[in-house]
Amino acid sequence: MKAAVVIIIAALLAGCGGNQSALDPHGASSVALKDLIVLFALICSVIWLLVTGFLLWAVMRRRAEARRDPAAERRMTVAVRASMTATVVIVAGLTVASFHTTQSLHSGADAPVFVSVKGQQWWWQFTYRDGNQAPLFQTANEIHIPVGKDVRLELESIDVIHSLWIPSLAGKLDLIPGRKNVLTLRADRPGTYRGQCAEFCGLQHGHMALLVIAQDDSSYRQWVAAQAAPAAEPSDAEAAAGKAVFMSKPCAACHTVRGTPATGSSGPDLTHVGGRQTIGAGLLETTRGSLAAWIADPQTLKPGNNMPLVPLTGEELRQLSAYMEGLR
Amino acid sequence: MDSVAPVKMLTVLGAICLVAIAAVIGWAREPRQYRADPPVSAALDQLRLMPDGIGGTSPEVYFAMGKPYESTGFDLSQGKRLYSWFGCSQCHGDGRGGKGPSFIDGWWLYGPSMVSIVASIRNGRPHGMPAFKDKMTSDQIWQLAGYVRSMGAYSASVVAPSRNDDKTSRPAENRAPAAILFDEGPIPVHPKQGPSP
Repeated sequence: MKAAVVIIIAALLAGCGGNQSALDPHGASSVALKDLIVLFALICSVIWLLVTGFLLWAVMRRRAEARRDPAAERRMTVAVRASMTATVVIVAGLTVASFHTTQSLHSGADAPVFVSVKGQQWWWQFTYRDGNQAPLFQTANEIHIPVGKDVRLELESIDVIHSLWIPSLAGKLDLIPGRKNVLTLRADRPGTYRGQCAEFCGLQHGHMALLVIAQDDSSYRQWVAAQAAPAAEPSDAEAAAGKAVFMSKPCAACHTVRGTPATGSSGPDLTHVGGRQTIGAGLLETTRGSLAAWIADPQTLKPGNNMPLVPLTGEELRQLSAYMEGLR
Repeated sequence: MDSVAPVKMLTVLGAICLVAIAAVIGWAREPRQYRADPPVSAALDQLRLMPDGIGGTSPEVYFAMGKPYESTGFDLSQGKRLYSWFGCSQCHGDGRGGKGPSFIDGWWLYGPSMVSIVASIRNGRPHGMPAFKDKMTSDQIWQLAGYVRSMGAYSASVVAPSRNDDKTSRPAENRAPAAILFDEGPIPVHPKQGPSP
């Protein structure tokens, strides 16, 4: 019996961990938020138990005979006064705690890393900026951050309201068209954390995920240097043919591959698409096969998204997927 | 009296059935096909144009399918998306024209038939209209043609593409944008009507 209870509790709590859980925090602000959640849950549970207990007691006790007992009246008055005072004190205390936590979330005014985030239907565009706000490079649906450093995210939306939520690292914040919101991100441990759009934004809201990869300082610098470099040249004849397909078909009208004539801006920057873990905003793992599948029929894989199906022959599709996979 | 009651009951039952059937029809969604079957797609390419490239007959398959590209909201909406994705507005603006001809002035250089519009998109036309047959699939070309046709329709339609997200700069596609060109001028207001009677 005891073992069964332990197993059930363990199974239920297993859902609280993982790389996308507000109850398994790995960053300063998410720890503060978790403490707040626990504080609220504990106090409210105690109050709920007390109220339920008193209610049960009131229901079960024998109805007293109608007689006036001044001593009992006085006791009741004291009890009511005490519980009203407790209510005011507890609500005020929780309000102060909530306010205090909210204040502590905004720390990174001069964060060393600065990224603009543009939410759109249905993917995330990230632009890394240097100290003077000049853009360094652009990526999509995946950001790398240095461990233990504040990262300043400036959130904007170009179509509808989205909401950025990386539960393991920070609270959620909306991306509102025509407005800039600022979120400070800080990971205390290296790891891969998953985030998601948390505001219903249309047909593919459920397929609008992102990954935050927290790395130590030296590998983060390496990654930044690699991302800032222009696209890799095709390594073999097949990929070179794929590059020619990319440039002659409508791909380049919407996608940028730095170092080539492709400078479209309405789709994700593909300069290093092969090096990202997922494509289609967390839809599929990046492999040559998934890249080919996505190019062959994006509307069936993610109905409603803004990438049209472009007619390609089997040969062209193979070449193009080889080129895309090589863009690391 | 006895003969009236069953008739009344039948009428009520019939009405209930009608409402139920209407509800079911309303609930069943128009089927959506994200890409045409290859044989259909190949057949849609078989345009039968007049030698001068103006007018002609659509392929048989188009009629067999029930002319979906002019008459289903999904296809018109896809056409609207394609219009922005493939940068049609670069030359044709919001339909009023620019470098390219207007779609809402009631005048079609190559005639208002679907097959002419499809041919224009597919194979291009002289004076700058590029060919899109290598850039779009056949059914995409038909969807786009259906939308372009609806932009300058002469008569109102019960189907409409999705609504604009930004400010509209011309009449909605299903409200016969080109019909106004054939009106005989404003109808005079009766002396007892209007803002200052």
